[in-house]
Amino acid sequence: MNAPLKQHLIDPEICIRCNTCEETCPEDAITHDNNNYVVDATKCNLCMDCIQPCPTGSIDNWRIVTSPYSLDEQYSWGELPKQGELTGGDDGEAIDSEVLALLDQAHTGVGGKSVPPASAAKPAVNLYQRNHAAVATVTGNFRLTHQDSDVDVHHVILDFGEVAFPVLEGQSIGIVPPGVDEEGKPHRVRLYSIASPRHGERPNTNNLALTVKREPNGLCSNYISDLKKGDQVNVTGPFGATFLMPNDPSANIIMICTGTGSAPFRGFTEWRRRSMPSAPGRMLLFFGARRPQDLPYFGPLQNVPESLLGKRFAYSRIPSEEKVYVQDLIRQEGASLVALLCSTVTHIYVCGLKGMEQGVDAALDDICRTANLRWRELRDAMRTEGRYHVETY
Amino acid sequence: MLENLNVDYSTRIPNNVGLVEDRTVLRALEGWHPGYIDWWKDMGPTGFQESLVYLRTAISVDPKGWAKFDYVKMPEYRWGILLAPKEEGRQVNFGQHKGESAWQEVPGEYRAMLRRLIVIQGDTEPASVEQQRHLGATAPSLYDMRNLFQVNVEEGRHLWAMVYLLHKYFGRDGREEADELLRRRSGDDNSPRMLGAFNETTPDWLSFFMFTFFTDRDGKMQLESLAQSGFDPLSRTCRFMLTEEAHHMFVGETGVGRTIQRTCEAMKSAGIQDPHDITKIRGLGVIDLPTIQKKLNLHYSLTLDLFGAEISTNSANFYNAGLKGRFQETRIDDDHQLTNATYPVLKLVDGRISNVDEAALTALNMRLRDDYSRDCAGGVGRWNKIMEKEGIKFRLELPHVAFHRKIGEFRDVHVSPRGVIMSDADWAKAHKEYLPSDSDGAFIASLMEPAFEPGQFASWIAPPKVGIDNKPGDFEYVQIAA
Repeated sequence: MNAPLKQHLIDPEICIRCNTCEETCPEDAITHDNNNYVVDATKCNLCMDCIQPCPTGSIDNWRIVTSPYSLDEQYSWGELPKQGELTGGDDGEAIDSEVLALLDQAHTGVGGKSVPPASAAKPAVNLYQRNHAAVATVTGNFRLTHQDSDVDVHHVILDFGEVAFPVLEGQSIGIVPPGVDEEGKPHRVRLYSIASPRHGERPNTNNLALTVKREPNGLCSNYISDLKKGDQVNVTGPFGATFLMPNDPSANIIMICTGTGSAPFRGFTEWRRRSMPSAPGRMLLFFGARRPQDLPYFGPLQNVPESLLGKRFAYSRIPSEEKVYVQDLIRQEGASLVALLCSTVTHIYVCGLKGMEQGVDAALDDICRTANLRWRELRDAMRTEGRYHVETY
Repeated sequence: MLENLNVDYSTRIPNNVGLVEDRTVLRALEGWHPGYIDWWKDMGPTGFQESLVYLRTAISVDPKGWAKFDYVKMPEYRWGILLAPKEEGRQVNFGQHKGESAWQEVPGEYRAMLRRLIVIQGDTEPASVEQQRHLGATAPSLYDMRNLFQVNVEEGRHLWAMVYLLHKYFGRDGREEADELLRRRSGDDNSPRMLGAFNETTPDWLSFFMFTFFTDRDGKMQLESLAQSGFDPLSRTCRFMLTEEAHHMFVGETGVGRTIQRTCEAMKSAGIQDPHDITKIRGLGVIDLPTIQKKLNLHYSLTLDLFGAEISTNSANFYNAGLKGRFQETRIDDDHQLTNATYPVLKLVDGRISNVDEAALTALNMRLRDDYSRDCAGGVGRWNKIMEKEGIKFRLELPHVAFHRKIGEFRDVHVSPRGVIMSDADWAKAHKEYLPSDSDGAFIASLMEPAFEPGQFASWIAPPKVGIDNKPGDFEYVQIAA
């Protein structure tokens, strides 16, 4: 059996044959006959350009299939075939049970069912699995933290060449470490957040970046940190369908992270900087680390103008200075944050080590109380509206 | 490239045409803006100007994230000026200037022609808003009401698009024409809109759906031909308008489709098999299929008149000049100059309807009309599938192009929907079978009871298969008393 893949299809009962999708598709993957508009699975790279302009919603249909429906099959349809036995997880974040469990665990801190932002682009998930992995080539591996630091964080760029691997900011990919464990079984897949925007580390390149911290005895993190230019890596995914950025330029985005939890926020910031530099929405980053030299992307972050990204750094291990954590910064910013929280276009993202969400939650609760707001209610409402997101490992 | 994709909100008029640096045009448009808002308040949707409507606003011309859905009061809708991104190296693709670089400024010799094309297109946009202004009060659901208002605000934006071109490229004449667009009124005796179908009333929702299916589809064909224009700003404007126009096609096709669906369902559950058992079917509170056929006949034939005379030197001139092309011009495999080409045109010859080969250049209206009819036939075929699926034996058909015409070859003869020429006496006897009568109109009007609870639909129309922006069935698309 072939590995399952996700196929993009158009519902012939809803489509009005307006040609908008065919006009929009940059890959010329959409075509038509006198009966139907159809998507060529060999050309479609799931870039999603056609989704928003479609006036009917007929374009937004997907089937997980072992072999794609041919154009002739699609031309002959009067209605869409039902999804076969292969189905995804409940919220469609992944179909790989191992990966789904990891993501579920990472999202527990949100305190309810995770919902993507209303204006987020539709992500592709599960395109590649362990037995049908995408092979990427390493085109760069740089240490991000200062040479004095004992924290060894790497910025790794993976290029997919001719292989379609569409991603959105906030999604993760799986890395399959080579070899087998003591019992002779293949190693578990590890998930890493993508640190680059959807159209590549550099615009319109088919690559992506990861932010990886070398962990003592960490099998996969050492494997990745040691990768050299030209090495090939087996990649699964992409995964994740909720921790995504809003496309709405007026959306305010509050990002709270520690360490490599900054990865998705680098993607968010870059996408907004490149695609909507005059967006009216605010972006605000709360970033915690032990010391400046331990902070990934410290140098490049300094170059991002405050007008695009408000930056607040918290350091907890500077000798002779008081320990400051992200929650302390949140309390300091109370008034301006409350103003943002009152806006229905404000989104909050928390990403980092498991447990940090509790401190953040308490701080937000405090600042809301001062302003006579009920944080719990607000948070629950924001979550159901796709405006409150937690991903902690 | 990016600056072309993203919309500047720093000026009062959102735009991606660099208005902030184009002070003269910005000032002119800001001068026009209050008159537009007054027009919208006077002639736009009656009774719902203060309601919050879940509308799509175009915020970028980049397909990724070009639209944003949110509640907005219609007079506060951000009508912007959005042009599709500029294609580097684009050429004039047809006519005597074929192969030249596309024009970024108006060529002096074509100034008057081009202005006329833009004014005619521009005049249809506010006209349909005026025609539909009373429909909100009888909306069959909040979903439909929202779709109506979406169509209305986008027609408003299309007016802006044309007015921008007039202000930017035609100086004083352009400004005067832009003011005239706000002065004419649909159906007004003294100052009507320029084209016939845009002075007809839209008395009920079935008429509205038929109008958006048939008449807005003429708009789509015209926009597509203008999107081929060698005058690049017009081409880019129309290309982006087409993306929005698709929503109007959607409202029409699914509106009629849902009406048919509901009729079929009601007939089935009442055990009625004969679609011509009109009294019984009407008793179920749904619109019988033969009446739907009559409405179709009316709207199709009225719209065919919008294409003008079959043989037209004006359209030949527009084409030769590189100003207005054929439908999907660049996909046609020929010389794109039509030097010696002919095109078969249906004409009245010796009292018979027959095809005559005419110079393709002068037959461009006819050709566009044929493309239009094919497009319509596809939609009618999909309506027929609904009836097939429900097991109701009835087929809708487009009437013959010579049927019920006021303009062109067949304006002086009576022709049946099947294309048979009829005497005046026969026509007088039969026309009530072909076109909606006053009593048909009165029956449809009697069904136009508003359904304003979220998730509620009037008796005569089925709910949609999917919500707008993937919203659930009981979503409150319009907060009426906001």
